[in-house]
Amino acid sequence: MSGSEYLFIIAAMGLVTYIPRWAPVFWLTRRPMPQWLVQWLELIPAAILSALLVPVLVTSGQPRQIDFGRLDLLVALPTFLFALKTRSLGGTVVFGMALYWLVDKLM
Amino acid sequence: MTPIDDLRGRETLKKGAAAAWPICLGYIPIGLAFGVLAQKIGLSPVQIGLMSLLVFAGSAQFIAVSMLASGASAASIIATTFMVNLRHLLMSSSLAVYLVGRHRAILSLFAYGITDESYGVNLDKFRSGNWGIGPALALNHTANIVWVLSTAAGGYGGQFIPPGAFGIDFALTAMFICLLVFQLRDRRSVIAAAISGIVAVLLSVLIPGNLYIVLASVAAATAGLLVRPAGTKEV
Repeated sequence: MSGSEYLFIIAAMGLVTYIPRWAPVFWLTRRPMPQWLVQWLELIPAAILSALLVPVLVTSGQPRQIDFGRLDLLVALPTFLFALKTRSLGGTVVFGMALYWLVDKLM
Repeated sequence: MTPIDDLRGRETLKKGAAAAWPICLGYIPIGLAFGVLAQKIGLSPVQIGLMSLLVFAGSAQFIAVSMLASGASAASIIATTFMVNLRHLLMSSSLAVYLVGRHRAILSLFAYGITDESYGVNLDKFRSGNWGIGPALALNHTANIVWVLSTAAGGYGGQFIPPGAFGIDFALTAMFICLLVFQLRDRRSVIAAAISGIVAVLLSVLIPGNLYIVLASVAAATAGLLVRPAGTKEV
């Protein structure tokens, strides 16, 4: 692969990544959105964060398979409770990392 | 508030940059690992940093490098990148709720920095108030700079942080756990999150790639709309 071919590939990757990031904030912010759309979009964060998180905790391998025996899942449960209790982002990150490190050492 | 009045000032910059630390903590080891991998297939630190600057999307970059290594065509790499990053469409839409009427040049700059991680943190901050496009931009670009630099540094062959050190591999997962907790505000959002998690797991083992994120989220938010908000009467 030549340097200019590489440049072309990453520029095109950048463009096709940018468009879906850009189009909604550019077009949906021109006027207030209809109420049903706002309500739907307000449910998107909980849904998307859950969809990003849960499969990481309970699947492994390629192709993915269900796996309830992962260290990540074991540590995620107390981390979840910690977040519920403290509602502190920084605290949760530090707590989760420390617990993960500790459990990894012990196992 | 005029469209850009919260863009100025050190305070704004500090506030945004400070809120980015959990993201940066997660980006550094992943960025270094990416750089090491990319360097192994013959990319220079400059080429690696340039990809991070132009694309700024972790998982798509990992996939692209492995496709480059296996000699995939440019078209298939670009198409795969598009599919992998399509989920940002949904994130950008849900951020738009908080950005109505903003200056379009600034929105275009902000859009560049929408990642899974910056989305989660910015959204929580917008919801809780005392946040604006200014600190949001500062947060995005702090994360971006850290990503570009750590991937390029990894390109020098350095795995400066040993894998598994201090539980750093768990940093972003812990962050997402807490951001999810912040979003569980009422019956509707809890139900949407539960449905989304279950559907995402099922789809993720059934279909390759990461389209399951978009499919599960759309299905769950739509199902959530059908749930009566607590305290309202059925008509």
